[in-house]
Amino acid sequence: MISVQACLDGILLGILFALIAYGMALQWGVMNIINIAQGDLVILGGYIAYFMYLYGIHPAWGVIVSPIIMYFVGIAIYKLVINKVVDRDLFISILATFGISILFMQLMNFAFGADVVLANSDYGTTMLFNSNVVLPNSKIFSAFISILFAICLVIYMKKSRLGRAIRATAQNARAAKILGVDTEKVYAATFGINAALCGVAGALISITFTIHPYMGLPYTIRSFMIVIVAGLGNLPGVAMSGMGLGVFEEFADYILGTEFRIGSVFLLLVLILVYRRFKLSRKREYLK
Amino acid sequence: MSISKNNLILYIGILIFGIAAPFLFPAFKVQLSILCVLIVLATTWNIQGGEMGYNSFGNILFYGLGMYLCASVQVGMFFPLAEWTESGGEKTFVHTPAQFFQGMAVGLVVAAVVPTIVAGLIGYSILGLRGHYFAICTLGLGVAAGEISGGIEIIGAGQGFTTPPFPDVGSLESRGEFFYFLSFVVLILTFVAVRGIYSTRFKLILNAIRDNEDKAEAMGIETMKYKIVGWMISAFFCGLAGGIMGGLVGYIDSTDVAFDGREMGVFMVLMAILGGKGTLWGPIIGATVFHIFKEGFWTFFLGWQYVALGVLIVVIVIYFPEGIMGWLREKYPERFGEVVDEKDRKAQVELK
Repeated sequence: MISVQACLDGILLGILFALIAYGMALQWGVMNIINIAQGDLVILGGYIAYFMYLYGIHPAWGVIVSPIIMYFVGIAIYKLVINKVVDRDLFISILATFGISILFMQLMNFAFGADVVLANSDYGTTMLFNSNVVLPNSKIFSAFISILFAICLVIYMKKSRLGRAIRATAQNARAAKILGVDTEKVYAATFGINAALCGVAGALISITFTIHPYMGLPYTIRSFMIVIVAGLGNLPGVAMSGMGLGVFEEFADYILGTEFRIGSVFLLLVLILVYRRFKLSRKREYLK
Repeated sequence: MSISKNNLILYIGILIFGIAAPFLFPAFKVQLSILCVLIVLATTWNIQGGEMGYNSFGNILFYGLGMYLCASVQVGMFFPLAEWTESGGEKTFVHTPAQFFQGMAVGLVVAAVVPTIVAGLIGYSILGLRGHYFAICTLGLGVAAGEISGGIEIIGAGQGFTTPPFPDVGSLESRGEFFYFLSFVVLILTFVAVRGIYSTRFKLILNAIRDNEDKAEAMGIETMKYKIVGWMISAFFCGLAGGIMGGLVGYIDSTDVAFDGREMGVFMVLMAILGGKGTLWGPIIGATVFHIFKEGFWTFFLGWQYVALGVLIVVIVIYFPEGIMGWLREKYPERFGEVVDEKDRKAQVELK
């Protein structure tokens, strides 16, 4: 029964990871940058929901408020920093966003304190299989909202004018520019959408789990891992590997103990990269 | 390697300054030792990041490994390690001066050798990755090492590990002087070794790997072998630096002191970039400037130093990626032995 519990927990958690990873894949595919500050954007989104909770508003409304605020935060980050690293070496973008990550981490530490907090949603729990498996309703709620946002975004990307412009830029930025797409605007919008997705995920995390100013980096690593396993622009793949990662984490937590949970995530990243390196070296290729 | 007359004067000047520094600035001995360690870290990072083009966030792995190994050996040679960490800094066991220095010597040797072996073992699989995959993979390695060592009981787990206190050998000043000269000797060793390496064919091979690895391989260079050797050299000195730093700080915490990938791991990259990647003097200048800047912030902007560091990273990376040496090279190319064709330069300026 405990494994059923871990599986279900993991799948619900993994859907959240997949949402963050989708944002990562979006900006990686469109702008060719890797955003180390992704996790910190998530945590910032979480704090927005937490503050609404502190002022007596139900934290679930954070799912709507936090992406709106985060969209503008994302645009601001893009205008200040990211637009100067888009065309440059990927390592420059990694370092620059690492700087942003440290900055955000410390600012959040000042503003909100170094305590572990969570926004209590009072959703109760659901019992399954003769009360052997306990699922908090907040987790089910968060998984449902994540799927909803993901579907909305996919439809938006397929149908709207901006969505098409984003996809065109991802395919070939130069050609898109020639055909009259304002790539600068597209980049800004992409980063804003990514930040908004992080905001949604953060708000959900603040309801379901806990948030802490220094917890950002593991979320970045998780989304990076999901993206490299699934590949860019492969949405079902992102969802599947997100759930797989969630299940892996729950089992690592259960078998090795909670203190090794984050460590096992980072170790898995190393193992996946090394595995891929050996797989590709047989064909005399390398990760590009 | 040949040393010109001007350089010889420079080196002797630095040597004399280095020896006299703790007596000239007795209040800053600890800061000067940290500066030496930082220079060692930046210089060895530069072997991969600057010369080889493999931007690693993972050298912190060797640094932390060296730190833990040195302290563990120093304790474990004379006392049961588990009980030492159990007592958590309570002075139930006291090292005599002879035991302390013996332990330190053996510990530093172990701290240098084991990370080198580790680098050799994992090198084959990790160095096959390229570009940002390598960067993220090494970042993951560093953080994973920190998280895992934070769960191991015998080295103190989450509550940390107190390194042996400096024994009472007479004067109060001796602790600072001992660690200063230790780190200064390691700094000189590193400098001599790196300078030696940079004047051989090995450096050219590393540069070839940086500029175009596939082409280098096609020219018959076994790139993997050289990459691993380069990484092992880095690991050797990082381990030494870590061992000294552990004794200097006096307290080892898995994620805040030893495997501090978010701070020290980024600092080494930043120092090398600030000074100028791929030069001998760049990391040294970068580390010095960075350390002065950091300590200045520490004193005047207490509490806001990490915010300032985040801003500093972004500013350096975006506006100053060539570093101080790169800027100097652009400004005074003649000094770097580059022949400048005046016509050509004018044409380029016009093009800009």
